[in-house]
Amino acid sequence: MSAVPELIVEGPGTGPADVPAAKKIEGRNPWRLAYERLRTDKAAKISFGVIVLIIVLAFVAPLFTKITHHGPNEVFSNIGQNANGGPVPPSGLFWLGTDASGRDLFIRILYGIRISLLVGVLSTGVSVALGVVFGLAAGFLGGVVDAVIARMIDVLLSLPFLVVALTLAYRYGGSLWLVVFVLGFFSFTALARIVRGQVISLRQKEYVEAARAMGARSWRIMFIDLLPNVMAQVIVYASLLIPLAIVGESSLSFLGVGIPPPTADWGDMISDASGYYQFGYWWYLFFPSLALLGTTLAFNIFGDSVRDALDPRGSTYV
Amino acid sequence: MTRFLLRRTAQAVLVLFIDSVVVFLLFFAGGGAQQVAQRFGGKAADAARIAQIKHDLHLDDPLQVQYGHWAWNALHGNLGYDYYASQPVISLIHQAAPATLSLVLGAAVIWLVYGVATGILSAVRNRSLLDRGFTASALFFYSMPTFVLGFSLIWLLAYKIRPFPFQGYIAISQNPWQWFLHLVLPWLTLALVTAATYTRLTRGSMLDVMGEDYIRTARSKGMSERRVIFRHQLRASLTPITTQAGLDIGTALGGVIITETVFGITGLGWTAVKAIVNQDLPVIMGITMIAATFVVLANLLVDVLYTVLDPRVRL
Repeated sequence: MSAVPELIVEGPGTGPADVPAAKKIEGRNPWRLAYERLRTDKAAKISFGVIVLIIVLAFVAPLFTKITHHGPNEVFSNIGQNANGGPVPPSGLFWLGTDASGRDLFIRILYGIRISLLVGVLSTGVSVALGVVFGLAAGFLGGVVDAVIARMIDVLLSLPFLVVALTLAYRYGGSLWLVVFVLGFFSFTALARIVRGQVISLRQKEYVEAARAMGARSWRIMFIDLLPNVMAQVIVYASLLIPLAIVGESSLSFLGVGIPPPTADWGDMISDASGYYQFGYWWYLFFPSLALLGTTLAFNIFGDSVRDALDPRGSTYV
Repeated sequence: MTRFLLRRTAQAVLVLFIDSVVVFLLFFAGGGAQQVAQRFGGKAADAARIAQIKHDLHLDDPLQVQYGHWAWNALHGNLGYDYYASQPVISLIHQAAPATLSLVLGAAVIWLVYGVATGILSAVRNRSLLDRGFTASALFFYSMPTFVLGFSLIWLLAYKIRPFPFQGYIAISQNPWQWFLHLVLPWLTLALVTAATYTRLTRGSMLDVMGEDYIRTARSKGMSERRVIFRHQLRASLTPITTQAGLDIGTALGGVIITETVFGITGLGWTAVKAIVNQDLPVIMGITMIAATFVVLANLLVDVLYTVLDPRVRL
């Protein structure tokens, strides 16, 4: 009754991104409760603030190129390199120093956010879509469909992800879409299992029977009746998948098969820096690593809080 | 039990068969043959030479013939020969396996001991400063990409303070002490990144059963706190930890590519990367199948272990 009235009900099961922080008129439904728990969680607030800051930085990166007059791929072969052709340390000119090619590290780290976030979100999207569809089908249809999907998941889990990703990248060339789909495809399995488990316990409920009695088709029961009820779990898992995908993307770039250079990418920068830091060029390795760690940490802390908020009991799966 | 084992074994064989077909198509199909031949022949090779190479490596046979050939040999314990040195793939795997085995098993001991110990302490002193510290550090290391942690450790413990070597692998038969020294940082890297999961699993499952009747009963009949914790509470985390460990160790044995790359350990993952760069298909195929076999076997083993760990489970 005392609930915030300005937001409108959009029906359950809207996009994952806006659900925890949103809506519903009448008092204390689960989403509302979760939102209130999240609002009082200090770690959640701080990590959310960091995530917002990271997103803003990704958008305003061009602003910093204006201020410093350094483009992300611009090479400063005299001022950006020392007498031996190595990187120069942080200074007023290059805030976080330069890389081995004499490019502004700060600007490149800023632009690197874009790739990380883009891949993190897109591949999580792929993973959620696949996980929900296969999980619903396996749990609700059961029988042969369930068995086939179970074997498919076994196959995916048993294949070494990086070997497959590397081979594909060498064959077809690294690209954003390859990275997104490989990451999404290899990470939907756990989600599919969670959804399947939930659906198996839900499909006995009266409302499913009622839907069937009214002549609803299977796909309608799955996506209109069952899906909203597993959405909380899906969101929890998805919020923890984003940092995993960011790490996955940087790992592929680190191995030289992610987004092709010269696009600024953290994994790629760290890989380049790994040949330099032993010679005193610490900033080259340190700042990209810090950016990567800070981002994944913020997402993981926030994801954890989302889980605690939506599902205060079950905190055993990672 | 027998029926269960038979069914699971049949499933495992099926999964491995699908694996081999998928991997075969993924690696051999499409422009694969052409690319492999070009890579093998080098830049100077003309069309006739490329055709010759393809013929020599049987890459111009129809796919099903190539697969049949590979599968028939594989079933007889021969995974083919590498393209460059014509060494049997089996012996390449044999050379690389000890390094990976040393790395993974050593790290597994550390992550299990550290993860479970911190998990127990966190659960017993729930919400204390200690608990918060362990939980925060678990989250920290869980968020850390393997190569970031690896380089941080190298920077700190091999470059700034110098007790450990930067990189490389020394066989244990060659020099046990150097073997150990070279593996400390890789072990820590792999273990710290992985241990976080175990801290959380142990803590979570122990807290889940904390309010249960049987725990209260055990306490009320005067059982010592230590015994309650280790015999009753910890029991609850055995199953999830075994499951996780089976999967983690099985996956890692297939080659911990990043850790091996960072530390220059010439194990299975390193060999796989080299084979991919060289487009050495039999080696890629061989290592992938070995890796898949490890995972499938580990899963089977975990299922059997369930009956031992939890008498309620009947197969």
